[in-house]
Amino acid sequence: MAMTKKIPDTIKGANTFCPGCGHGVVVRLIAEALEELGHADDAICAVAVGCSCLVNVALGIDKIGCPHGRASACAAGIKRVRPGNLVFSYQGDGDSLSIGLAETVYSAQRNEKFTQIIVNNGVFGMTGGQASPCTLIGQKTTTTVDGRSVNMSGVPLDIMKMFGQIESVAYLARGSVHDAQNILNTKRYIKKAFEAQMAGAGFSCVEILSPCPTNWHMEPVDSMERIAGVVSAYYPIGEIVTGGGLNA
Amino acid sequence: MGKISLNTGYCKSCGLCIRACTRGALSISGKTNEKGYRVIAADDMKCVGCGLCYTVCPDYVFTIEDQTGSEWTV
Repeated sequence: MAMTKKIPDTIKGANTFCPGCGHGVVVRLIAEALEELGHADDAICAVAVGCSCLVNVALGIDKIGCPHGRASACAAGIKRVRPGNLVFSYQGDGDSLSIGLAETVYSAQRNEKFTQIIVNNGVFGMTGGQASPCTLIGQKTTTTVDGRSVNMSGVPLDIMKMFGQIESVAYLARGSVHDAQNILNTKRYIKKAFEAQMAGAGFSCVEILSPCPTNWHMEPVDSMERIAGVVSAYYPIGEIVTGGGLNA
Repeated sequence: MGKISLNTGYCKSCGLCIRACTRGALSISGKTNEKGYRVIAADDMKCVGCGLCYTVCPDYVFTIEDQTGSEWTV
Protein backbone atom coordinates (compact mmCIF):
# COMPACT_ATOMS: atom_id res chain seq x y z
CA MET A 1 0.00 0.00 0.00
CA ALA A 2 1.38 3.33 -0.95
CA MET A 3 -0.07 6.74 -1.43
CA THR A 4 0.94 10.32 -1.89
CA LYS A 5 0.30 12.62 1.01
CA LYS A 6 1.48 16.17 0.82
CA ILE A 7 0.47 19.38 2.52
CA PRO A 8 -2.22 21.21 0.51
CA ASP A 9 -1.11 24.22 -1.51
CA THR A 10 -3.65 26.26 0.46
CA ILE A 11 -1.42 25.90 3.52
CA LYS A 12 0.96 28.84 3.25
CA GLY A 13 3.60 27.65 5.67
CA ALA A 14 4.27 26.84 9.30
CA ASN A 15 1.56 27.63 11.81
CA THR A 16 2.11 29.37 15.14
CA PHE A 17 -0.02 27.18 17.38
CA CYS A 18 1.54 25.66 20.49
CA PRO A 19 3.22 22.24 20.21
CA GLY A 20 0.61 19.48 20.05
CA CYS A 21 -2.32 21.87 19.52
CA GLY A 22 -5.14 20.35 17.51
CA HIS A 23 -5.83 23.55 15.59
CA GLY A 24 -3.00 22.75 13.19
CA VAL A 25 -4.65 19.49 12.17
CA VAL A 26 -8.07 21.12 11.80
CA VAL A 27 -6.67 23.87 9.57
CA ARG A 28 -5.03 21.26 7.35
CA LEU A 29 -8.27 19.25 7.13
CA ILE A 30 -10.15 22.38 6.05
CA ALA A 31 -7.51 23.10 3.40
CA GLU A 32 -7.69 19.53 2.11
CA ALA A 33 -11.50 19.62 2.04
CA LEU A 34 -11.59 22.93 0.19
CA GLU A 35 -9.12 21.77 -2.45
CA GLU A 36 -10.82 18.42 -2.97
CA LEU A 37 -14.21 20.12 -3.34
CA GLY A 38 -12.81 22.75 -5.70
CA HIS A 39 -13.57 25.69 -3.42
CA ALA A 40 -10.10 26.83 -2.38
CA ASP A 41 -10.41 29.91 -4.59
CA ASP A 42 -13.91 31.00 -3.60
CA ALA A 43 -13.98 30.13 0.10
CA ILE A 44 -14.32 32.90 2.69
CA CYS A 45 -13.43 32.30 6.34
CA ALA A 46 -14.87 34.40 9.16
CA VAL A 47 -12.08 34.28 11.73
CA ALA A 48 -12.83 34.43 15.44
CA VAL A 49 -10.78 35.95 18.24
CA GLY A 50 -8.55 33.74 20.37
CA CYS A 51 -6.20 30.94 19.36
CA SER A 52 -8.43 30.31 16.36
CA CYS A 53 -7.35 33.66 14.88
CA LEU A 54 -3.96 32.06 14.23
CA VAL A 55 -5.65 30.36 11.28
CA ASN A 56 -4.62 33.59 9.56
CA VAL A 57 -1.00 32.49 9.59
CA ALA A 58 -1.33 29.17 7.82
CA LEU A 59 -4.50 29.11 5.74
CA GLY A 60 -4.15 30.87 2.39
CA ILE A 61 -7.75 31.71 1.51
CA ASP A 62 -9.86 34.86 1.79
CA LYS A 63 -10.55 35.66 5.45
CA ILE A 64 -12.07 38.39 7.54
CA GLY A 65 -11.27 39.14 11.18
CA CYS A 66 -14.43 39.41 13.25
CA PRO A 67 -15.24 40.93 16.66
CA HIS A 68 -14.99 38.48 19.54
CA GLY A 69 -17.85 35.98 19.39
CA ARG A 70 -19.34 37.45 16.25
CA ALA A 71 -17.71 35.30 13.57
CA SER A 72 -20.92 33.37 12.95
CA ALA A 73 -22.87 36.63 12.55
CA CYS A 74 -20.24 37.88 10.10
CA ALA A 75 -20.32 34.58 8.20
CA ALA A 76 -24.11 34.76 8.01
CA GLY A 77 -23.92 38.24 6.49
CA ILE A 78 -21.21 37.28 4.02
CA LYS A 79 -23.15 34.23 2.88
CA ARG A 80 -26.30 36.29 2.37
CA VAL A 81 -24.57 38.72 0.03
CA ARG A 82 -22.27 36.15 -1.62
CA PRO A 83 -24.36 32.98 -1.77
CA GLY A 84 -22.15 31.43 -4.44
CA ASN A 85 -19.10 31.43 -2.19
CA LEU A 86 -18.30 28.73 0.33
CA VAL A 87 -18.44 30.57 3.67
CA PHE A 88 -17.44 29.22 7.04
CA SER A 89 -16.62 30.57 10.46
CA TYR A 90 -13.59 29.26 12.34
CA GLN A 91 -14.10 29.58 16.08
CA GLY A 92 -13.06 28.15 19.40
CA ASP A 93 -15.47 27.10 22.12
CA GLY A 94 -14.83 30.22 24.15
CA ASP A 95 -15.59 32.48 21.22
CA SER A 96 -18.59 30.64 19.83
CA LEU A 97 -20.22 29.23 22.95
CA SER A 98 -19.52 31.84 25.61
CA ILE A 99 -19.06 35.31 24.17
CA GLY A 100 -20.83 34.48 20.91
CA LEU A 101 -23.47 31.99 22.05
CA ALA A 102 -26.32 34.24 20.90
CA GLU A 103 -24.84 34.60 17.42
CA THR A 104 -24.14 30.87 17.27
CA VAL A 105 -27.63 29.78 18.30
CA TYR A 106 -29.43 32.32 16.14
CA SER A 107 -27.35 31.43 13.10
CA ALA A 108 -28.70 27.92 13.41
CA GLN A 109 -32.20 29.06 14.35
CA ARG A 110 -32.39 31.42 11.35
CA ASN A 111 -31.04 28.63 9.15
CA GLU A 112 -28.13 30.75 7.91
CA LYS A 113 -26.59 28.75 5.12
CA PHE A 114 -22.93 28.77 6.11
CA THR A 115 -20.76 26.25 7.93
CA GLN A 116 -19.63 26.81 11.49
CA ILE A 117 -16.39 25.11 12.56
CA ILE A 118 -16.05 25.01 16.36
CA VAL A 119 -12.75 23.81 17.80
CA ASN A 120 -13.60 22.72 21.33
CA ASN A 121 -10.65 22.46 23.71
CA GLY A 122 -12.58 23.31 26.85
CA VAL A 123 -10.68 26.47 27.80
CA PHE A 124 -9.98 30.04 26.73
CA GLY A 125 -6.52 29.18 25.42
CA MET A 126 -4.97 32.42 24.25
CA THR A 127 -5.82 34.37 27.40
CA GLY A 128 -4.29 31.83 29.76
CA GLY A 129 -6.58 28.86 30.21
CA GLN A 130 -9.70 30.28 31.84
CA ALA A 131 -12.76 28.03 32.04
CA SER A 132 -15.12 28.03 29.07
CA PRO A 133 -18.71 26.76 28.94
CA CYS A 134 -17.26 23.46 27.69
CA THR A 135 -14.85 22.91 30.60
CA LEU A 136 -15.59 19.50 32.10
CA ILE A 137 -16.78 18.95 35.66
CA GLY A 138 -13.78 18.70 37.95
CA GLN A 139 -11.40 20.20 35.38
CA LYS A 140 -8.96 22.68 36.90
CA THR A 141 -8.43 25.95 35.09
CA THR A 142 -7.20 29.38 36.13
CA THR A 143 -10.80 30.35 37.01
CA THR A 144 -11.82 26.98 38.46
CA VAL A 145 -8.79 26.32 40.61
CA ASP A 146 -10.50 23.58 42.62
CA GLY A 147 -12.09 22.08 39.52
CA ARG A 148 -15.31 23.07 37.81
CA SER A 149 -18.36 22.35 39.96
CA VAL A 150 -21.97 22.04 38.88
CA ASN A 151 -22.99 24.15 41.86
CA MET A 152 -20.84 27.11 40.82
CA SER A 153 -20.77 26.85 37.02
CA GLY A 154 -23.47 24.45 35.86
CA VAL A 155 -22.88 21.56 33.50
CA PRO A 156 -20.68 21.71 30.37
CA LEU A 157 -22.48 23.03 27.31
CA ASP A 158 -23.25 20.47 24.61
CA ILE A 159 -23.98 22.62 21.57
CA MET A 160 -24.82 19.62 19.42
CA LYS A 161 -27.75 18.80 21.69
CA MET A 162 -28.98 22.40 21.39
CA PHE A 163 -28.58 22.47 17.60
CA GLY A 164 -30.14 19.04 17.30
CA GLN A 165 -33.48 20.46 18.46
CA ILE A 166 -33.59 22.89 15.53
CA GLU A 167 -35.34 20.99 12.76
CA SER A 168 -34.06 23.10 9.85
CA VAL A 169 -30.36 22.36 10.49
CA ALA A 170 -28.81 20.61 7.48
CA TYR A 171 -25.76 18.89 8.91
CA LEU A 172 -24.29 18.41 12.38
CA ALA A 173 -21.30 16.36 13.44
CA ARG A 174 -18.76 16.19 16.21
CA GLY A 175 -15.28 15.04 15.31
CA SER A 176 -12.00 14.78 17.15
CA VAL A 177 -8.28 14.97 16.39
CA HIS A 178 -7.06 12.54 19.05
CA ASP A 179 -6.04 9.78 16.62
CA ALA A 180 -5.66 9.13 12.90
CA GLN A 181 -9.01 7.40 12.48
CA ASN A 182 -10.91 10.26 14.08
CA ILE A 183 -8.92 12.82 12.10
CA LEU A 184 -9.93 11.13 8.84
CA ASN A 185 -13.55 10.96 10.04
CA THR A 186 -13.44 14.64 10.94
CA LYS A 187 -12.25 15.50 7.45
CA ARG A 188 -15.24 13.59 6.08
CA TYR A 189 -17.56 15.55 8.37
CA ILE A 190 -16.10 18.87 7.22
CA LYS A 191 -16.54 17.90 3.57
CA LYS A 192 -20.14 16.83 4.13
CA ALA A 193 -20.90 20.08 5.95
CA PHE A 194 -19.41 22.11 3.08
CA GLU A 195 -21.36 20.04 0.56
CA ALA A 196 -24.60 20.61 2.48
CA GLN A 197 -23.92 24.33 2.47
CA MET A 198 -23.22 24.51 -1.25
CA ALA A 199 -26.34 22.45 -1.93
CA GLY A 200 -28.27 25.22 -0.18
CA ALA A 201 -29.59 22.77 2.40
CA GLY A 202 -29.15 25.09 5.38
CA PHE A 203 -27.00 25.66 8.44
CA SER A 204 -24.20 23.17 9.06
CA CYS A 205 -21.78 22.82 11.93
CA VAL A 206 -18.84 20.60 12.80
CA GLU A 207 -17.59 20.70 16.38
CA ILE A 208 -14.12 19.24 16.80
CA LEU A 209 -12.69 18.01 20.10
CA SER A 210 -9.14 19.28 20.30
CA PRO A 211 -6.39 19.31 22.94
CA CYS A 212 -4.82 22.31 24.61
CA PRO A 213 -1.66 20.78 26.08
CA THR A 214 -0.39 24.19 27.21
CA ASN A 215 -3.40 25.07 29.36
CA TRP A 216 -4.29 21.51 30.32
CA HIS A 217 -0.72 21.30 31.65
CA MET A 218 -0.24 17.96 29.93
CA GLU A 219 2.10 16.47 27.36
CA PRO A 220 0.58 16.43 23.84
CA VAL A 221 0.33 12.64 23.82
CA ASP A 222 -1.38 12.61 27.23
CA SER A 223 -3.79 15.32 26.01
CA MET A 224 -4.88 13.06 23.18
CA GLU A 225 -5.46 10.23 25.63
CA ARG A 226 -7.61 12.57 27.74
CA ILE A 227 -9.81 13.27 24.72
CA ALA A 228 -10.05 9.56 23.94
CA GLY A 229 -11.15 8.95 27.52
CA VAL A 230 -12.97 11.58 29.53
CA VAL A 231 -13.65 14.29 26.94
CA SER A 232 -15.25 12.10 24.28
CA ALA A 233 -17.21 10.31 27.01
CA TYR A 234 -19.01 13.58 27.76
CA TYR A 235 -19.08 14.85 24.19
CA PRO A 236 -19.95 11.83 22.00
CA ILE A 237 -18.23 11.75 18.61
CA GLY A 238 -20.14 11.17 15.39
CA GLU A 239 -22.72 12.57 13.04
CA ILE A 240 -25.81 14.02 14.71
CA VAL A 241 -27.81 15.29 11.73
CA THR A 242 -27.28 14.21 8.12
CA GLY A 243 -29.38 15.04 5.12
CA GLY A 244 -31.42 17.63 6.99
CA GLY A 245 -32.38 21.11 5.98
CA LEU A 246 -34.41 22.45 3.08
CA ASN A 247 -33.71 19.52 0.79
CA ALA A 248 -34.82 16.93 3.32
CA MET B 1 6.12 1.86 -1.00
CA GLY B 2 6.11 5.53 -0.15
CA LYS B 3 9.11 7.68 0.50
CA ILE B 4 8.94 9.84 3.60
CA SER B 5 10.47 13.31 3.70
CA LEU B 6 10.49 15.73 6.60
CA ASN B 7 10.40 19.50 6.84
CA THR B 8 12.00 19.58 10.26
CA GLY B 9 11.98 23.37 10.32
CA TYR B 10 8.25 23.15 11.10
CA CYS B 11 8.60 20.49 13.82
CA LYS B 12 7.66 21.39 17.41
CA SER B 13 8.70 18.10 18.95
CA CYS B 14 5.19 17.24 20.18
CA GLY B 15 5.73 13.50 19.67
CA LEU B 16 2.27 12.77 18.25
CA CYS B 17 3.79 11.15 15.15
CA ILE B 18 5.83 8.79 17.31
CA ARG B 19 2.61 7.72 19.07
CA ALA B 20 0.89 7.14 15.74
CA CYS B 21 3.66 5.26 13.95
CA THR B 22 3.02 1.52 14.11
CA ARG B 23 6.46 0.62 12.76
CA GLY B 24 8.63 2.42 15.26
CA ALA B 25 10.18 4.42 12.42
CA LEU B 26 10.12 7.83 14.12
CA SER B 27 12.10 9.21 17.02
CA ILE B 28 13.23 12.48 18.50
CA SER B 29 16.67 13.22 17.12
CA GLY B 30 19.51 15.10 18.70
CA LYS B 31 19.15 17.94 16.22
CA THR B 32 17.52 21.26 17.07
CA ASN B 33 15.73 23.46 14.55
CA GLU B 34 15.70 27.27 14.34
CA LYS B 35 12.74 27.44 16.72
CA GLY B 36 14.70 25.56 19.34
CA TYR B 37 12.79 22.29 19.17
CA ARG B 38 14.50 18.90 19.04
CA VAL B 39 13.17 17.59 15.77
CA ILE B 40 11.83 14.26 14.54
CA ALA B 41 13.93 11.83 12.54
CA ALA B 42 12.66 8.97 10.37
CA ASP B 43 14.23 5.57 9.83
CA ASP B 44 13.78 4.85 6.11
CA MET B 45 14.38 1.15 6.65
CA LYS B 46 11.39 0.85 8.99
CA CYS B 47 9.01 3.29 7.27
CA VAL B 48 6.38 1.72 4.99
CA GLY B 49 4.91 5.04 3.83
CA CYS B 50 1.50 4.50 5.43
CA GLY B 51 1.06 8.23 6.08
CA LEU B 52 -0.18 8.03 9.68
CA CYS B 53 2.48 10.57 10.66
CA TYR B 54 1.18 12.96 8.01
CA THR B 55 -2.37 12.50 9.28
CA VAL B 56 -1.69 13.25 12.95
CA CYS B 57 1.03 15.90 12.60
CA PRO B 58 -0.31 19.36 13.54
CA ASP B 59 2.69 21.11 12.03
CA TYR B 60 2.85 19.95 8.39
CA VAL B 61 6.23 18.26 8.78
CA PHE B 62 5.65 15.12 6.70
CA THR B 63 5.32 14.37 3.01
CA ILE B 64 4.81 10.85 1.70
CA GLU B 65 5.62 10.36 -1.97
CA ASP B 66 4.22 7.30 -3.68
CA GLN B 67 6.89 5.34 -5.51
CA THR B 68 4.66 2.64 -6.97
CA GLY B 69 3.03 4.74 -9.66
CA SER B 70 -0.50 4.76 -8.21
CA GLU B 71 -1.96 8.16 -7.37
CA TRP B 72 -4.77 7.58 -4.92
CA THR B 73 -4.81 9.72 -1.83
CA VAL B 74 -6.59 9.57 1.51
